[in-house]
Amino acid sequence: MFFHPAVGDGTGAFGRFGGQYVPEALVAAIDELAVAYDKARGDEDFATELNTLLADYAGRPTPLTEVPRFAESVGARVFLKREDLNHTGSHKLNNALGQALLAKRMGKPRVIAETGAGQHGVATATACALLGIDCTVYMGKLDTERQALNVARMRILGAEVVSVPTGSGTLKDAINEAFRDWVANVDSTHYLFGTAAGPHPFPTIVRDLQRVIGVEAREQIQRRTGQLPDAVLACVGGGSNAIGAFHPFLDDDTRLIGCEAAGDGVETGRHAATFAEGRVGVLHGSRSYFLQDDDGQTIETHSISAGLDYAGVGPEHSYLKDIGRAEYVPVTDAEAMDAMRLLARTEGIIPAIESSHALAGAVKLGACLGDVVLINLSGRGDKDMDTAAKYFELVGE
Amino acid sequence: MSSFSGFSRTEKTLVGYLPAGFPTVDGAVRTLTAMAESGCGALEIGLPYTDPVMDGPAIQTAATKALENGTRTEDVLRTVERVAAATGVPIFVMTYWNPIEQYGIDRFAQRLSDAGGAGCVLPDLPVQHSLPWREVADKHDLAGVFVAAPSSTDKRVAEIARASTGFVYAASTMGVTGMRSEVSGQDLVARIRAATELPVFVGLGVSNGRQAAEVASFADGVIVGSAIVRRMLDAPDVDTGIAEIRTLCAELADGTRRLVGSP
Repeated sequence: MFFHPAVGDGTGAFGRFGGQYVPEALVAAIDELAVAYDKARGDEDFATELNTLLADYAGRPTPLTEVPRFAESVGARVFLKREDLNHTGSHKLNNALGQALLAKRMGKPRVIAETGAGQHGVATATACALLGIDCTVYMGKLDTERQALNVARMRILGAEVVSVPTGSGTLKDAINEAFRDWVANVDSTHYLFGTAAGPHPFPTIVRDLQRVIGVEAREQIQRRTGQLPDAVLACVGGGSNAIGAFHPFLDDDTRLIGCEAAGDGVETGRHAATFAEGRVGVLHGSRSYFLQDDDGQTIETHSISAGLDYAGVGPEHSYLKDIGRAEYVPVTDAEAMDAMRLLARTEGIIPAIESSHALAGAVKLGACLGDVVLINLSGRGDKDMDTAAKYFELVGE
Repeated sequence: MSSFSGFSRTEKTLVGYLPAGFPTVDGAVRTLTAMAESGCGALEIGLPYTDPVMDGPAIQTAATKALENGTRTEDVLRTVERVAAATGVPIFVMTYWNPIEQYGIDRFAQRLSDAGGAGCVLPDLPVQHSLPWREVADKHDLAGVFVAAPSSTDKRVAEIARASTGFVYAASTMGVTGMRSEVSGQDLVARIRAATELPVFVGLGVSNGRQAAEVASFADGVIVGSAIVRRMLDAPDVDTGIAEIRTLCAELADGTRRLVGSP
């Protein structure tokens, strides 16, 4: 009812993107995972167990909310897919519950995860608490500081949070450290990867577990408006909420628009706009677009949103861009923060800064999007209040 | 052009690792030269990379320093050239895959061959993605060394052995680079030997002469990285670091060439 795996060829190749560029020590583990997932995706017991959790625990289906006062700034009817109302406050739980169940089926008593904004870490810690699995979350040092509330949430849920000081202290460094842990503990441990990137089978598993966003929204918006949306917008870091929102619309005549983090502006060099300035290469297990220098060294990224502060993007997005099925637009910190405040003041919804990039994309593109616009509101903004308070000077006299 | 014609399986080889550009480009050239002079029969020169997922803290720190010093891929190739000219031992570049791809696979192989390099060790290029490398490596007469892990199935061990040239790298343990109190790998070496005539070298975890001797009792070569890097990281200056590394390499070489049980 909520688990809608796509039909695939099982190779993990998205055109020329994807693959399994991992150390040999991990090949056995990702092969084991691919086999386990292949079995689970067709297994009624797995679907029933996951669907029950998604309904009774996560609270699915999430609502679709029309936002007419916000829509005045867009010039179209705008509907928000309310993943912020999913338990734990973001779409991340859809994936975490599915993979945690998978870990149990594989007999892995321990789960590790990386997290940027902390939403995936919180979702993973939540799923592990629910299912009685040991949980360790790696988080870049900079991110533990700007998302301190989520560190506390993970810890109260019983997870160990490891702050990663290496590199830029952000998501990519957390992923590196999680891979290092996995190489050493692969027998007992499932790596619960949070985004639709990494080596096969992760891009497929995460996409399948997030497809519920688009499947629900597609039906809800047709019921509400009698038509398919003219455009679907979602923010893109690694791209899990976006691929989940886009995928069920691939065969429709609907524009699919990913909004990536342009930080201080693409022209400043301080950004995380992978498609705007990236080149094809190999990082974190797959071939995709990455922000890298001439030597193939990963470039340090910047975004006010920790969840989009990543130099790469999932391989299926790279494929959708190359074939022209999806478009990707850069949105700056300032544009995202303005959209965050706009939605809060016009609709009484405080969005995550990540999701605010998608809202800002809609405001920026405006009426050219068509009559009916769907925006995936991937998460809520409570975790970002510290950043917002500083940005808008909300605290004090 | 490389003069490398393969390792002996009768003589044991000590392979020492250091990232290019660490502690500086010149410092690395001097250190690598000293390593060859004090017993390393082959050298692995690391290409410093921003996201070294197979490396533990020592090599991560060294690679970061090298990058902060501005070390580029060109510097790595020039380091190979200088060390090859100075030492004459076979030199392998140990590198993650993306820097080769961005430099241009064919261009990299051409330059490495011109520099006198023997080949590459490719820790994050699994055999199923290795064809582009193997094609150009053949053309430029370079070796390609792939890593087998304790978790590799026999079928994969056979594929890795078939894809490798020069030697097969057996990871002694499941984990990243770094010093360990116990070193194993005997089972994996036996499985690799069943699949190939190539020499089998064991890496990961070896830090002293005793461990080198243990490993050399069942493998054709011993690869040491983190312990060497750690000496330099802990040294107050480059010259002291080089002196420490000379002593360590002599001890490791002695261990590598001594059979366990003999005095």
